[in-house]
Amino acid sequence: MTLAKFDQSDDSVFVIIGSGAGGGTLGNELAQKGVKVVMLEAGARFNIPDFVNDEWPSFSQLAWTDARTTSGSWRVAKDFPNLPSWIVKAVGGTSIHWAGASLRFGEWEFKAKTTYGDIDGANLLDWPITLDEMVPYYANAENRMGVNGTNGIPHLPGNNNFKVMQAGAQKLGYKTVFTGNMAINSQPRDGRGSCEQIGFCFQGCKSGAKWSTLYTEIPKGEATGNLEVRPLSQVIHIEHNAAGKVTGVVYADAKGVMQRQKARGVAVAGNSLESPRLLLNSASGKYPDGLANSSGQVGRNYMRHTTGSVYASFEKPVHMYRGTTMAGIIRDESVNNPKRGFVGGYEMETISLGLPFAAAFFDPGAWGRSFTSKLDDYANTAGMWIIGEDMPQETNRVTLDGKVKDKFGMPVASVHFDDHPNDIAMRNHGFKQGGAVYRAVGATRVAEVPPYPSTHNLGTNRMSANARDGVVNKYGQTHDIKNLFISDGSQFTTGAGVNPTLTIVALAVRQGDNIAGMMSRGEI
Amino acid sequence: MTMRKVDARVKVTRRQFLQTSATVAPAATLLAGGATLGSEAAWAQASTLSPHAMATLTLMARDTYPHDQLGDSYYRSAVAHWDDDAAADVAKRQIIADGVVGLDAEANARFGANYIDVASEADRVTILQAVEPGAFFKAVRADLVVSLYNQKKLWPKFGYEGASAQYGGYLHRGFNDIDWLPST
Ligand SMILES: Cc1cc2nc3c(=O)[nH]c(=O)nc-3n(C[C@H](O)[C@H](O)[C@H](O)COP(=O)(O)OP(=O)(O)OC[C@H]3O[C@@H](n4cnc5c(N)ncnc54)[C@H](O)[C@@H]3O)c2cc1C
Ligand code: SF4
Repeated sequence: MTLAKFDQSDDSVFVIIGSGAGGGTLGNELAQKGVKVVMLEAGARFNIPDFVNDEWPSFSQLAWTDARTTSGSWRVAKDFPNLPSWIVKAVGGTSIHWAGASLRFGEWEFKAKTTYGDIDGANLLDWPITLDEMVPYYANAENRMGVNGTNGIPHLPGNNNFKVMQAGAQKLGYKTVFTGNMAINSQPRDGRGSCEQIGFCFQGCKSGAKWSTLYTEIPKGEATGNLEVRPLSQVIHIEHNAAGKVTGVVYADAKGVMQRQKARGVAVAGNSLESPRLLLNSASGKYPDGLANSSGQVGRNYMRHTTGSVYASFEKPVHMYRGTTMAGIIRDESVNNPKRGFVGGYEMETISLGLPFAAAFFDPGAWGRSFTSKLDDYANTAGMWIIGEDMPQETNRVTLDGKVKDKFGMPVASVHFDDHPNDIAMRNHGFKQGGAVYRAVGATRVAEVPPYPSTHNLGTNRMSANARDGVVNKYGQTHDIKNLFISDGSQFTTGAGVNPTLTIVALAVRQGDNIAGMMSRGEI
Repeated sequence: MTMRKVDARVKVTRRQFLQTSATVAPAATLLAGGATLGSEAAWAQASTLSPHAMATLTLMARDTYPHDQLGDSYYRSAVAHWDDDAAADVAKRQIIADGVVGLDAEANARFGANYIDVASEADRVTILQAVEPGAFFKAVRADLVVSLYNQKKLWPKFGYEGASAQYGGYLHRGFNDIDWLPST
């Protein structure tokens, strides 16, 4: 197989910025349809053997550690002021880190405004798409990602951490408790082996059982001869012509030298902090507030899901770190029942951290015996993560930092976030229920752990029916510029109470169909 | 079937052995922390920071993240790098050197002795609480939470087995061997 290599002056190529869940999937889709694609990725390209089963070295290898700044009342701003978010900078993006939980939105979750009504301080909006329209794309995404519990793929076996949660959940009367819909092979499929219960899902799956664009979508796209991936290529600026159409991008190559790639169209998929940063940094005389920002919504409505963890100590060993990190789920709270004191739903999913990360994240900044006694209980600890819908707020936003710049002189993303009262009420409910699950099976101590740096980043270029309310239309095409698209989680109108990646992938597949159609009709 | 315990696969190197054997049992440390971990003689080889500063950092490490199951060698290893860091970076040297002076001033004001000579852990903790908002404590703690717990040789003591890919994961090594839950 010879890999495609396109000329920088070739203005018939379609440029995709970012190679993660959204960008990597879109790249393969377009390549399969015969579109020439150049995918620019800020990070390096690793292979499965490069991954390390060791939390901090893996973090240094894969994570986006370039500076970012923070403000707002969320605790992350205090504990991790320069690490608002935990995402990957590498070919494959955060689909290398992700745990694999793949859930569809509920029907009502596409209609948050209609369902929840007006909520003080929340900038709610209905999606311009319905579940019905998404169903075929969800099915496509589940099939390509190999989501268990779909397409006849068996569920994974439950590990110790799951069994503890399951036993507690059953005592409490929860009904929908199972090992999840995971994009992790429970049997060999699609040229990849099955899960060996290695337990380092967050550090890159060394068996390749877990779906990642790095070793699925991207090589498949490359095999068509239509996709060229350029690692260590950070886009700094998107360019446009006098008519306002996008014409190409300027990027820093591996040596830090600025390069220009011409393009017929551009899709931005840098994850929800970097995508608005890039649009804002591309401000010009014609677009003084940044590209595609006539609504003023670029960077706003930043969502990160309402999260928190519950870790419980028991008399006897659990060894939660053995096997899949997100080994199972309780779905009973994933409904909209305002009687609980908040709108929207949440999931409870097992989570585990190795000892090094447990020390850093169990209670950031804490020290002394009350803290270290929790680590002394490590072997006897079980853990779960709460993940629910958070409210979009206009003031939760990504802006360009006024002072701090990266090594290429590009202003870094500054992230402001305050919890909405609905988020707090939901988190407290989740803490209470999670604690009850573990107490039901004899937990001797329950610890409520605050949110980690954001792993789910959503909403900063949101989708809206009306150009006034958001940045992109129902195809992820910007309202303002016909040949500029957003292809990552920043398109989300609202966050829903489920992990986002299945929806990101389904949207990318759908967008691929539409971009190819627009091209063949000569619209872009 | 009973649950698989953690493998005892940790090998003690000669260097670690020498470090460990120079220390006393944790229980004794608790009673007389100042006389063991706070030992300046153990840091005679420190070049940039004074043996006193290194001894102070070591005792401070145990007081910050106290685990009675850990011997002193783990705390020594966790802070040893500060001497090299201080040599390489004037700002770091300053933070540590000034920080130790400040810590001792606080200790003297409260208990009439330097930090390493304050006998009770509870008393030393009140000194740490007093300096907690400052740059010195913040820098030392933020480093320690990684440099202490990232030592692979201490993981088995906490029942953490670490890397598993080279053993074929936990699929055949106890991922689902829990045996004490109520039957469901
Ligand atoms: C530990 C962890 C566990 C997770 N578990 C789950 C889970 O179980 N289920 C789930 O649904 N989701 C999970 N997620 C979230 C999931 O990983 C993300 O939702 C998903 O990867 C986002 O896809 P994306 O395409 O928006 O961005 P990413 O996958 O983050 O890809 C963005 C890529 O763009 C690159 N980039 C950014 N800016 C530029 C630029 N200017 N030029 C060039 N390249 C650029 C980045 O380097 C990156 O590689 C998890 C995340 C983490 C961190
Ligand atoms: S537990 Fe399974 S999915 Fe997770 S890293 Fe290991 S093999 Fe991959």
